[in-house]
Amino acid sequence: MHPVTTVHYLALSAALLLIGTVGVLTRRNIVVILMSIELILNAVNINLVAFSHAFGPDHVQGQIFAIFVITDAVAEAAVGLGILIALFRNKETVLADEIDLLKW
Amino acid sequence: MIDTVFFYVFALMTLVGGILTITRRNAVHSAISLIVSLLGVAGLYLLQQAEFLFAVQIVLYVGGIMVLFLFVIMLVNLDQAAKERQFNGQWLVALAAVAAVGVVVGWFVYHGQSAFRIAERSSGSALAAVLGNTELVADSLFSEYLLPFEIASILLLVAVVGSVVMAKKRI
Repeated sequence: MHPVTTVHYLALSAALLLIGTVGVLTRRNIVVILMSIELILNAVNINLVAFSHAFGPDHVQGQIFAIFVITDAVAEAAVGLGILIALFRNKETVLADEIDLLKW
Repeated sequence: MIDTVFFYVFALMTLVGGILTITRRNAVHSAISLIVSLLGVAGLYLLQQAEFLFAVQIVLYVGGIMVLFLFVIMLVNLDQAAKERQFNGQWLVALAAVAAVGVVVGWFVYHGQSAFRIAERSSGSALAAVLGNTELVADSLFSEYLLPFEIASILLLVAVVGSVVMAKKRI
């Protein structure tokens, strides 16, 4: 078996990014769309940690950036789910294409 | 050798969990698949000697964000949404666009393979052997990256206030 290199991690990360993008673009349920965004952010983190690892154990800058990405993911999930609750209270729906208030 | 086996196990967990997340009809099933996917990513962190991120991933994602998602799924009535069509009208266009992006990214990763061997890893590094991953991350985070760290704390404060305002009865 081949040893695992950085390229393996990059390929995995690209695949996860594409799965997340398909989820964001095709699903109607807003909760699942938010979950797909988490998948995309995790793909980015895999990339960052893979490059951090490639530079050797003394270089942790990639991991620091991954921590900041996780922070952003938490903030995004909290605000997104808050918006979802406000939306559901007013429109009684969680389907993204039924929310067309701004559509003329 | 054992590393390779573990890499493929965790990669399979990540990808299968991700695919199940975006295809399940029931949102609770999606959330559980997402947990599997996030645990796979956590395993990949451990394989790359990012022990601190491994712990953060499990505590924050699997323990924090997923509980938030499950709370909202229980709070918002999703039974009606589960009975309806799951994919929107543009799914074919979306799949074509994503496939195009996939071809481009795949082409670059495949043809740029040799460029990603940045340097020979100095495995017997003195600093990491003495301090360990968590202490190195803390040293870097609280010295070099102190300003971004403080900005992130303000971002979290704004997010907390914002989500409380959003979830209030009368906006």
